[in-house]
Amino acid sequence: MSLITTKDLSLGYDNYAIAENINFTVNAGDYLCIVGENGSGKTTLMKTLLHLKEPAAGTIEMGDGLKSNEIGYLPQQTIVQKDFPASVREIVISGCQSRMGLRPFYNKEEKKLANRSMERMGISDLAGRCYRELSGGQQQRVLLARAMCATQKILLLDEPTSGLDPVVTVEMYDLIKELNDDGITIIMVSHDIEAAINYASHILHIGDEVFFGTKYDYLNSKVGRLFLSRQEVI
Amino acid sequence: MLDKLILYFEYPMVRYALIVGVLIALCSSLLGVTLVLKRFSFIGDGLSHVAFGGIAIASVFNVSHEMYVVLPITVISAVLLLRTGQNTRIKGDAAIAMISVGALAFGYLLMNIFSTSSNLAGDVCSTLFGSMSILTLSLSDVVLCVVLSVFVLTVFVLFYNKIFAVTFDENFSRAVGTNASGYNLLIAIVIAIIIVLAMNLVGSLLISALVIFPALSAMRIFKSFLGVTVFSAILSVICALLGIIFSILAGTPTGSTIVAVDVAAFAICSIIGNLK
Ligand SMILES: Nc1ncnc2c1ncn2[C@@H]1O[C@H](COP(=O)(O)OP(=O)(O)OP(=O)(O)O)[C@@H](O)[C@H]1O
Ligand SMILES: [Mg+2]
Repeated sequence: MSLITTKDLSLGYDNYAIAENINFTVNAGDYLCIVGENGSGKTTLMKTLLHLKEPAAGTIEMGDGLKSNEIGYLPQQTIVQKDFPASVREIVISGCQSRMGLRPFYNKEEKKLANRSMERMGISDLAGRCYRELSGGQQQRVLLARAMCATQKILLLDEPTSGLDPVVTVEMYDLIKELNDDGITIIMVSHDIEAAINYASHILHIGDEVFFGTKYDYLNSKVGRLFLSRQEVI
Repeated sequence: MLDKLILYFEYPMVRYALIVGVLIALCSSLLGVTLVLKRFSFIGDGLSHVAFGGIAIASVFNVSHEMYVVLPITVISAVLLLRTGQNTRIKGDAAIAMISVGALAFGYLLMNIFSTSSNLAGDVCSTLFGSMSILTLSLSDVVLCVVLSVFVLTVFVLFYNKIFAVTFDENFSRAVGTNASGYNLLIAIVIAIIIVLAMNLVGSLLISALVIFPALSAMRIFKSFLGVTVFSAILSVICALLGIIFSILAGTPTGSTIVAVDVAAFAICSIIGNLK
């Protein structure tokens, strides 16, 4: 059975609809890339999948015993207030919060998990540093390490490379690909259509026309070709 | 001077004052960071005014233990303010401003109309700025204070990690299934309790100072949440002790003396922070 299936999902705020009739399926191990123009509702879709927001219509089914506290999430923007005193280690381990339930403190296993995620992201040497003093790329890694503490199953990433330079962007994509190769399902929003095509197994295009399928189908579809040609012009 | 101090310590009143002072300083500093970094700082300010209104009501009805009236009123207001704050349609800040100024005016009005006290101005002043000295505490005041402080400390320690998570990134917490609204509610209730507690020490207008200064001072020097929390607790207790002792020796008003020491500590911490 699939991890996530949506049926005729519509997204909207208050009474106006942003995107309608979104149908897609995510199976364990998939790498789904969500593309579309600015304001087409990609972030809204992420938030709806995470139950941060109610769907305007339609349903989301979680399969394979996926619980909402087994999802890792990397937000598009984390508005961390200026001066917030938080060390990298504190932030990364806070990804384990969903595992603790009502237990007040992190246990050994969770501390190990946090260390492992930091190693994985190559930020072990930053563990004691203050988050606010890191560069954008380092901050993004910290948040990805936190997301990895929250899940072994599925990661939702909203534009994980926004604001990163080209070299770090490639590193980031490679890291995400490695996680995917290790069996973690990835759902990623990206503006970078080239990356989407390079890395993803499936594409969901939202906008006036909704497309869902494997990336090969997307490359041959009308929506896909139109979107690709426009991206290249810009 | 030391002799005088030792002599003073013979009196249970002085010892009560120190116990209460230390506990209140400890509790009020704990949620300082959360308060500074969330819009809860408005709530804190608003609630202190609500508590003033509560005291006015208590004094009108001649309730012997003001706390039993003020505490529920303040906690309920905290819950209501949090509700309106979440509703983006009604601007949270405006609602808070309305409630707090309203409570202040209403409280003063009530006191003016119904008060039987001959020294109304003095009563109002001590409610706003803390009593002239905290040597008037009764044993039952002290007991209530200890109970509430223990409650606040327990909640804070047990939920420390969740409070950090929800303060740092509420959306992420929600996304991974943490009951963020529940924790916000808990934080608001604890803040309400702290405010009622701190009112005994520094009066309702100076509470924010007691809550916010130690956290701001610690944030100048420390960069981790744990570091800031621990240091601000220690600093707050030291400042309160110094302030209380100074006020007893010099006969100055306790609340403003403590706040003055807090301000001085903030200045020192800023300098240290800049040197680093
Ligand atoms: N909180 C909100 N209330 C009302 N409308 C909103 C809200 N957030 C977003 N919208 C609207 O919903 C639409 C979709 O927004 P969304 O953030 O999902 O777009 P997106 O595809 O993620 O865009 P981008 O590529 O810029 O990140 C936009 O038209 C936006 O104006
Ligand atoms: Mg977006």
